[in-house]
Amino acid sequence: MTTTTPPPTGLQPARSARGDTAFRAASFLCGFTVLAILGLIAVSMTQKALPALQAEGLGFLTSARWAPNEGRFGALAFIYGTMVISAIALVFAVPVSIGIALFLTEVAPRRLRKVVSYVIDLLAAVPSVVYGLWGVLVLSAVIVDAYDAVGRVLAPVPLVGRLFEGPANGRSLFTAGLILALMITPIITAITREIFDTVPQGQKEAAVALGATRWEMIRGAVFPHSRSGMVGAVMLGLGRAMGETIAAALVIGSSPRISAQLFGPGDALPSVIAFQFGEASGTYRSALIALGVILFAMTIIVNMAARVIVNRGQEARAA
Amino acid sequence: MIRSAFPFGRLLAVLAAFALVAAGCGGADDTVGTQADSETPRLASATLNASGATFPMAFYEEVIASFKEAQPSVTVNYAGGGSGKGRQELQDGLVDFAGSDGLVKAEDVPKYKNGEFLYVPTVTAPITVSYNLPDVKDMKLDADTVAKIFQRQITTWDDAAIKALNPDARLPSTPITVARRSDGSGTTENFTKYLVSAAPSTWTLKSGSTVEWPADTQAGNGNNGVAGIVKGTVGAVGYVDLSDAKASSLQFATLKNAAGKFVAPTLDGTSAALEGATVNADLSYDPLNAKGEKAYPIAAPTWILVYKNQTDKAKAEALKGFLTYLLNDGQDLAEDADYAPLPKSLKDKALAQLNSIVIP
Repeated sequence: MTTTTPPPTGLQPARSARGDTAFRAASFLCGFTVLAILGLIAVSMTQKALPALQAEGLGFLTSARWAPNEGRFGALAFIYGTMVISAIALVFAVPVSIGIALFLTEVAPRRLRKVVSYVIDLLAAVPSVVYGLWGVLVLSAVIVDAYDAVGRVLAPVPLVGRLFEGPANGRSLFTAGLILALMITPIITAITREIFDTVPQGQKEAAVALGATRWEMIRGAVFPHSRSGMVGAVMLGLGRAMGETIAAALVIGSSPRISAQLFGPGDALPSVIAFQFGEASGTYRSALIALGVILFAMTIIVNMAARVIVNRGQEARAA
Repeated sequence: MIRSAFPFGRLLAVLAAFALVAAGCGGADDTVGTQADSETPRLASATLNASGATFPMAFYEEVIASFKEAQPSVTVNYAGGGSGKGRQELQDGLVDFAGSDGLVKAEDVPKYKNGEFLYVPTVTAPITVSYNLPDVKDMKLDADTVAKIFQRQITTWDDAAIKALNPDARLPSTPITVARRSDGSGTTENFTKYLVSAAPSTWTLKSGSTVEWPADTQAGNGNNGVAGIVKGTVGAVGYVDLSDAKASSLQFATLKNAAGKFVAPTLDGTSAALEGATVNADLSYDPLNAKGEKAYPIAAPTWILVYKNQTDKAKAEALKGFLTYLLNDGQDLAEDADYAPLPKSLKDKALAQLNSIVIP
C-alpha cells in the first residue's frame, strides 16, 4: 500500500505529463507522511518512556509487579493480560465470523444476505464504550452464575481445570475476552465475506460437478482459495482486540497479575494507560508511556505478521 | 482499504469539532460586557484554562457558572482529567491553574516552568466507607478493621472484630465484597493515606493513587463505579465520596476518629477535621485522621495550584479575581454540592496568600 512503483514503460502518454508528475509528487508526499508520522510517534514516545525504562531496565518487561506508589513498574502482567484476552476473543470470534461469512456467501438467499450484511456492518460501527457499558452493567452481573457453573464442572479436570477454578468474578479476563470477541466479529466477518466472494464460480461448480456436497465444496474449493485472506482478516481482528481500550478496561477487573484463572480479574496494556494516566506524574507517567511503546510494538508485529502471511499465500498461489 | 478510510473520516470530524470549539471560544472572548458596573470592579476580558482533580469538579463548575454571571467577560474552563494531569500541565505551562488533591513531590518542584507556585486550599469533602447490608443500620468501624477488610483479612461481616465494635447489631455471615477504584484516583490516595496514618501496623499496601489491591476485590471506574458495585451487591463495601454515596443512596459507616469517638461522614465532621489539622506555611495541610472529638477521620483536602509570578496582566487579574470569588462567595455554594467550606481561619490565610500573586 505504501510502496510507490514507477508506471510501466511503454504506456507513457504522448502529451506532456505535467499533471501526472504533480499527482505523483503529491501522492508520494502523502505516502511519505504516513511513514513520517509513524516514525515520529515511535521516536517521541520512546523518548518520553526512557526515564522509566532506564530506572527499571529489563525488569520493565520481565517483572509482573506494578506498584506505582512504591516506584515499581513491571509490564509483564499487562502484556500477559493483553495476550490472554485477545486469544479468548479470537477463539470465540473466528469460528463464528467464518460461519457467518460462509452462511452469507454460500447458503443464505440473496434477500436475507443483504439484511444480515447490513446488520453486521452496523455492529462494527457501535462505539466501543457502548460495548463496555453493556459489558459492565449487564454481562458482568449475569455471567457470574455461568462462570460458577462452568467452574464446578471443569475445575476438577486435570490441567484444563486450572483455567476455570477459583472465585468467579464478573469483571474478569474472560468477560473482557467475550466483549472483544463481540467487537471484532463484524470486522472478521466483513473481510472474510469479501474474500469468499472472490472464489471463482468455476472452481465451486467444478467441485460440485465432481459430486462434492456443499461442505466438501467449501472445504475443497473455498477454503484453499481464501486461506491467506482469512489469516489476514483474523490478524486485523487481533490487532483491534489488542488495542481496544475502554470496552476491555471496564470489564477486565484492573488487577495486574499473571494467573491461569480465566474467571479472575486481570489487566491489559491499553486499560492501564487509560485508567491511570490522569493521576500519573514523573516516572509513573513515563512508565505508562512505556506501556504504550510496548503496545505499539506488539500491534506492529501482529500487522506485519499478517502482511507476511498474506503475501506468502499470494506468492504460493501465483507460483 | 475499509480500515484506512475510517480514521481519516474520524480525523476530519475531530478537526471540525475543534474548529467549532475554537470559534466558540473566540466569540466569547470578543464579547464586551454590557452589564452596568456593580460594586466589584469589572475585569478585562480573559480566558482562564485549567485542568486537574475531578474530586472537586462539581464544586468548581458551580463556582465557575456563578462567577460568569458576576464577571461576564472572563471565561474559565476547568477540564478535569485528574490531579496528575493538572500538575503536569501546570508544570509545562499549558494551563493557567491546576486542581490537585495531592501535593507536589519535592523532586518535581524545580521542574515547574514558571518558577514558584502557590497552594490555594478550596474545599474539602468526606470520603465515606459505604456498605450494603440492608438489615444493619449505623455500622461502626475503626481504622484497623477497615484496613483488614480492604486487605481481605476480614472476609465475612460476622467477624469477631466487627462484632466487637457493633455489639448490638445483628451481623449476618454474608461474605464481604470489597469495591475499589480501577482508575488512578485522588480518592484512593486520600483513603490509603488515612489508613497509613490511622492503622500503621495493619495496613501494608502503603498509599498512592493506585495501590496493589488483592486480586479478589472488585474494581469500579470512578466514584460512581464503586458506588454502583456497592449498590448492586449485598455484602459489598467500598470507599466513595459523600456526594456520590448520597446520589446512590448508600448507607455509610461511622468511623472511630483519633479521639476515640465514632463520627459519621458529614460536612460538619469534615469542617471539624479541618479545624483540628495543622496548616503549614505554604497552606498545605493534612486533615486525615485529624484531632478533635467531632472530626471525621477521612476528610479529603484539595487545592488549586497557581504560579506566583504571572506574565499576562489581564489573565493574572482574572485569575486573582476568580480565586478571590471562589474563596468568598464561592464558599456559600459548597454545601449544596456536598463539599465542606473552609473554616474562617484557613480561608483568611488563603485570601492573604492570593495577595502574593505578582501581577505584571
